[in-house]
Amino acid sequence: MSIHLSVALTDAGWHPAAWRHLPDRAAPFGPRYWVALAAEAERGTLDFVTIEDSPSLQSDRLDGPDGRTDRFRGRLDASLIAALVAPHTTRLGLVPTISGTHTEPFHVATATATLDHVSSGRAGWRPQVAPRRTDADHYGRRDVPELRADGLRDGTYAGHVTDLFTELGDVVEVVRRLWDSWQDDAVIRDVATGRYLDRDRLHYVDFTGRWFAVQGPSITPRPPQGQPPVVALAHATVPYRFAAEHADVVLVTPRDADHAAELVAQVRSVEPKRETPLAIHADALVFVGDDAAERRHRLDDADGAETSSDAAILSGTPEHLADTLADWYAAGIAGFRLRPAVLPHDLTGITRGLVPELRARGLFRRAYEADTLRGLLGLPRPANRYQRRTA
Amino acid sequence: MTRQIILGAHFPGVNNTTVWSDPAAGSQIDFASFVHLARTAERGRFDFFFLAEGLRLREQRGRIHDLDVAGRPETFTVLAALAAVTEHLGLAGTLTATYNEPYEVARKLATLDHLSGGRAAWNVVTSPDAFTGANFRRGGYLDPALRYERAREFVAAARALWDSWPADPFDTSDFLRTPDAGRYAVRSTHFDIAGQFTVPRSPQHHPVVLQAGDSDGGRDLAASTADGIFSRHGEYDDAAAFAADLTSRLARYGRSRDELKILPGVSVVLADTDAEAQEKAHLIRRAQVSPQTAILLLEQVWNTDLSQYDPDGPLPAEDPDDTAPSIIQGRTRQRDDRVATARRWRDLAEARGLSIRDLIIEVTGRQAFVGTPDRVATEMIRYVEDRATDGFILVPHLTPTGLDEFVDTVVPLLQERGALRTEYEPGTLRDRLGLPPVPADRRGAA
Repeated sequence: MSIHLSVALTDAGWHPAAWRHLPDRAAPFGPRYWVALAAEAERGTLDFVTIEDSPSLQSDRLDGPDGRTDRFRGRLDASLIAALVAPHTTRLGLVPTISGTHTEPFHVATATATLDHVSSGRAGWRPQVAPRRTDADHYGRRDVPELRADGLRDGTYAGHVTDLFTELGDVVEVVRRLWDSWQDDAVIRDVATGRYLDRDRLHYVDFTGRWFAVQGPSITPRPPQGQPPVVALAHATVPYRFAAEHADVVLVTPRDADHAAELVAQVRSVEPKRETPLAIHADALVFVGDDAAERRHRLDDADGAETSSDAAILSGTPEHLADTLADWYAAGIAGFRLRPAVLPHDLTGITRGLVPELRARGLFRRAYEADTLRGLLGLPRPANRYQRRTA
Repeated sequence: MTRQIILGAHFPGVNNTTVWSDPAAGSQIDFASFVHLARTAERGRFDFFFLAEGLRLREQRGRIHDLDVAGRPETFTVLAALAAVTEHLGLAGTLTATYNEPYEVARKLATLDHLSGGRAAWNVVTSPDAFTGANFRRGGYLDPALRYERAREFVAAARALWDSWPADPFDTSDFLRTPDAGRYAVRSTHFDIAGQFTVPRSPQHHPVVLQAGDSDGGRDLAASTADGIFSRHGEYDDAAAFAADLTSRLARYGRSRDELKILPGVSVVLADTDAEAQEKAHLIRRAQVSPQTAILLLEQVWNTDLSQYDPDGPLPAEDPDDTAPSIIQGRTRQRDDRVATARRWRDLAEARGLSIRDLIIEVTGRQAFVGTPDRVATEMIRYVEDRATDGFILVPHLTPTGLDEFVDTVVPLLQERGALRTEYEPGTLRDRLGLPPVPADRRGAA
């Protein structure tokens, strides 16, 4: 067994002052930046990279843009960054974040299936809710409550949050059905009968839920992986339930090894019976290197605030980080999505420092053992739900 | 100086004109097919690659249509991947204004423009049918009469989003110069959206906008707001008449003929002699119209089940029932008067002794340019010199090698005669197409 390791890519890095280290502020809006990051991740034989996204500008506020000019603001469409990176890589999994709240499930299904086609089986998808009124205002088709921090604590928005995740569950369900709506052998090219397709191997998905209905079939043939892995970040019971029912990998945010064991138990307690158990990975923001503590202080000084995160903040040498990961791994965490504080600095800290350290301990692969993301994650290629029914 | 020909390379689509039965026909989905066609186009110094969009599989008589190539990737995912394997080629894709939202389309186009260094283009179309809507949150929601009004407002909204970041947003000490970067508000009949857009101004500022509708509404949309029109008028006289029509429409919107590039979709058949090319064109037409496809295309006019007819026999003697609902769903209706078309076809078949299949081969989808490379190059230059068109979008019948011969034989002639670049000029797609620059500050513009 080996630890699964992935990296979360976002603008200049996860520390709010990371952009001060960019050689050029516009770099994260150009192709070379992303190609170089992905190449570095692949050099480290990582399982996958995620690419953050949101319909709205980055903000420190729950209720909309914060008007700050001293932090990185702006971003490109993550699924297109993943597509650009695909021909430049050969083994690395590519997992863009795509919101399911206002987007069309049909477009999400064809975009993710296409990413899987252009990468020959290396696509994943991190579905996310877009909860804010300012997200909804870009679409202008739905009224949602204005979110305030105190309301989030006292349960004012419990109904809104449950609805968002229930809808996201419907979106994932429809996307999965659309991925399966073409059997792998639907294209027959039978010259004798003049038929390109066997229409009996295509399937209407006929989904009708509270928020939308989708008839199908997809316009895009079944992706090479059949079902690209779905990766979900979750911090509480409602999203744990969403992940347990709909995702292949859940990203949790433990504070330490004991908390990790608690979270694993909590996720397992809401997990229904599944063919393949949900993989539980942990997120952590990382500063890697001999000077990690110093760099963290300097960045905090530049930002005027101490580093804060929804995930644990780990800073230290590769040896120190490997100790922590090994402890959490022993507590039931199968893999880690590390959030580099500064890009590309802490990414290379991972690929050239942490990865060799984990390899030396026999905890991480020395070379890629599979050429699809499912293969790297140890997930079998699933049968087609429609084929099973008609067989 | 010879007028420059604009060339687009259309990835073969999901009509019967794409021949899948040929042993040389490759995958319609494997990325390698897209790479081959795009690199061939770039080798031929084409202006852009073109990929259409699919939103629902076509059906005929209530069943999924199984005779033609089917299955498409999502357009902009493929274009972003192609940005990685090409350097200069424009990347054009179709996105409907009916089942998309301006915020997402503007974001995808601006992202592609950044990632490709200024090579993005958008072909805006409308989807009239509730049939397509069954795959989308909204279902069929739009009165067909309003679809071009929505499209016009959609394009205006996308441009407002592209205008929402200042030309030079980054500060020297802070990250941004202004907290208002990306702020926009669009209030029109079909849209009420506002907020802050996430994508800084892209290299083209406004990615190139093409329009493909041929109706009155489509032509007006192109004349009022597009940078180019993807037309279906590829025969010389027809193309010249179309150009004249567009010129007068442009004048009505205060725009000049140079502000709209007219680009018909055309097919080319090449051989060493004109006679061989004609023979080859006929063989391709036979491959495009299989016996089953002949019956199917006939059914689209007669609007009823003709599966009992012999494709090598005569046409039905009775007229179509023009009152019944259309048997075909998922594509634009091509012929408005079924009875008149049926009578014309029957007369032609009787006069020339044509079977159903021969007739369909004769009357549908004929290639625009058939001949030696010299003849084709000469003809293309004549169209553009006369301004019947500004260039062509080439639609090959084979995936992915369908443009190889054109690039190997016609392109060098066009280059010799000064009608096509031998090396790419620096700059964006917009620059290369000779489109006027976008004013740096359009905030508050219509």
